[in-house]
Amino acid sequence: MGKSKEVLRGAEIFIRALKDEGIKHLFGYPGGSVLHIYDALYKQDDVEHILVRHEQGATHAADAYARATGEPGVVLVTSGPGATNCVTGIATAYMDSIPLVVFTGQVPTHLIGNDAFQEVDAVGVTRPCVKHNFLVKNVEDLAATIKKAFYVATTGRPGPVVVDIPKDITADSCEYEYPKSVDMRSYKPVMKGHTGQMKRAVELIASAKRPMIYSGGGAILSNADKELTSFTRKLGFPITNTLMGLGAYPGTDKQFVGMLGMHGTYEANMAMHQCDVLIAIGARFDDRVTGDLEQFCPSAKIIHIDIDPSSISKNIPVDIPIVGDVKHVLRDLSALLDSRKDLPTAKDLEPWWDQIKEWRGIDCLKYDRESEIIKPQFVVEKLYELTKGDAYITSDVGQHQMWAAQYYKFDKPRRWINSGGLGTMGFGLPAAMGVKKAFPDETVACITGDASIVMCLQELSTCLQYGIPFTVINLNNRYMGMVRQWQEFFYESRYSHSYMEALPDFVKLAESYGHIGMRIEKSADVESALKEALNEKEKVVFIDFITDETENVYPMIAAGKGHHEMHLSPNRELA
Amino acid sequence: MRHILSLLMENETGALSRVAGLFSARAYNIESLTVAPTEDPTVSRMTLVTSGSDEVIEQITKHLNKLVDVIKVIDLNESRHIERELMLIKLQAKGKNREEIKRLVDIFRGRIIDVTENTYTIEMTGAGDKLDAFINALDEKDILEVVRSGISGIARGDKAIQ
Repeated sequence: MGKSKEVLRGAEIFIRALKDEGIKHLFGYPGGSVLHIYDALYKQDDVEHILVRHEQGATHAADAYARATGEPGVVLVTSGPGATNCVTGIATAYMDSIPLVVFTGQVPTHLIGNDAFQEVDAVGVTRPCVKHNFLVKNVEDLAATIKKAFYVATTGRPGPVVVDIPKDITADSCEYEYPKSVDMRSYKPVMKGHTGQMKRAVELIASAKRPMIYSGGGAILSNADKELTSFTRKLGFPITNTLMGLGAYPGTDKQFVGMLGMHGTYEANMAMHQCDVLIAIGARFDDRVTGDLEQFCPSAKIIHIDIDPSSISKNIPVDIPIVGDVKHVLRDLSALLDSRKDLPTAKDLEPWWDQIKEWRGIDCLKYDRESEIIKPQFVVEKLYELTKGDAYITSDVGQHQMWAAQYYKFDKPRRWINSGGLGTMGFGLPAAMGVKKAFPDETVACITGDASIVMCLQELSTCLQYGIPFTVINLNNRYMGMVRQWQEFFYESRYSHSYMEALPDFVKLAESYGHIGMRIEKSADVESALKEALNEKEKVVFIDFITDETENVYPMIAAGKGHHEMHLSPNRELA
Repeated sequence: MRHILSLLMENETGALSRVAGLFSARAYNIESLTVAPTEDPTVSRMTLVTSGSDEVIEQITKHLNKLVDVIKVIDLNESRHIERELMLIKLQAKGKNREEIKRLVDIFRGRIIDVTENTYTIEMTGAGDKLDAFINALDEKDILEVVRSGISGIARGDKAIQ
């Protein structure tokens, strides 16, 4: 190609920009405002478009693609309902800080504000749930805006970015040049931690008698699993992960005490309650993690590492804030630690570990493994064993999500894909589709429930069209289990509208979509069914496990209670 | 406590609504807000008056800084500063009341900028409490219309926000 720049139409610029950005997959749904772009898509092979069945599915699939790969997920939809259908998916990505770029078509510039057909103020509608958004006003701005969108979505604390493109922009032409870099005077994320603060942190770490490491999704987002693991092992401290942080530290390691929070382990929550130094790493002190703020870590000095200054001292005042990228900060902190001779030794920490071992001895995740009626925990444990802990697990929201987090031990990051912040039912199936598209050779399973699964079920059709096989594990208890659990505990078992009457026959349903359906009703059949499903290479296998409808998630801290006020399953209440 | 925040931000459409949206979404309050381009037409300067505990003000400042369009946020309360507000006020001014109002305007160093047989329109600048004091000195039934600009603020001394 010669030196002179090519003149391209906006629609072609869009495709070329994606290609130059290194984007290989695009989840989308066509419509009037994006027809020029879809015509340009038709004429090329660089970017593969996956046609979803509902725009929400596109956002969840692209979001999960980003969670699994670390690369930005990309969505293309039309104006109006195309854009509004994306809002739940955008908000889901926003709450979990996922790099997602959503391109929405818009009515032609001269019709904006005119209540035109399929017009909605996409920039206005999405503003509260995006990291940033753009309306493209000239074709000359298109390439640079796309570059900025990817830059903002993927740097600093990642998040979703919406780019609204009026139809006439995609028809206009200009010279194409994709910027090599971006410099925005108003946006400069801080990567390196403040040296003085890090030195203060090391002092505090050296003085710890009952230390605790609490790490969250930030450790995964910054690809800091190796740094986190070596930091933790170097110190010999106990570590807990949040729901979003599972896998950043190996779940089977002896220093790992399990997930913390509302449905965290007894040992993790008790260790939080009694620690004297807490090192919070890429975590945001969410209410499901902290419980009652007044009773949170009552005797601890707190170090908090986070790239977002607004996460620091938002819910819990901290003693030593370190603003920076987790990976950078942990590297620098580790280097500082190496020069110290006075760090707590294994012997110093022995009384603390003895205490933790005692808490561990409670075996808070114990359940009836001999039950003939299928226990949902049993299905997750069997899946864990059969996949050797190495599968990509997506989930929906509710009891099954908690059981998946408790009983599947994630040793690697980016394997656990769930909507932690927003809690979006309907996330799991399209998420599994997105992950499998990114990693066709990996094992992918969606752990879901009978209420969640029907919220984005239509994507089974997409899976058939593109040959995207995975296993759907439907823990079917005929209830919105988590709602039922709360109604049982806090509303005297008045099960108001939490019972799923008139559920479909999931086997036939899967078959009608061209996939494979199975219904399993006895514990003895769980393993063989899972084995069969995991061996299927072409279609989705939908296993409808008929599980114990009375099972609840334990341990549990009721909303607004302290970490030490946990409930274990009913017949083993603590004194 | 009341704080005056000064913001430099990209002069882009929607920038104002990002700030306003942040305040409503996180239940912070805005007492007044003024915005206009600076000597650099690509940059707008906003002065925002809010109130809250130190923790709340810290969060507001952090969240404003996080907005991609915001270039800089300064809490003017952190140093000595000057604040001014412009008020345009239309008063009923008849008979011997006319002279009385004119004297009051002089005392407050305002200016009468429009006159009819029955009314005065007055321009006055100052800190917010001075404008409040002027309004309180008037007979309520003489007040026909009040237009206040909201606070603009600037730091004292050599320091300049750029």
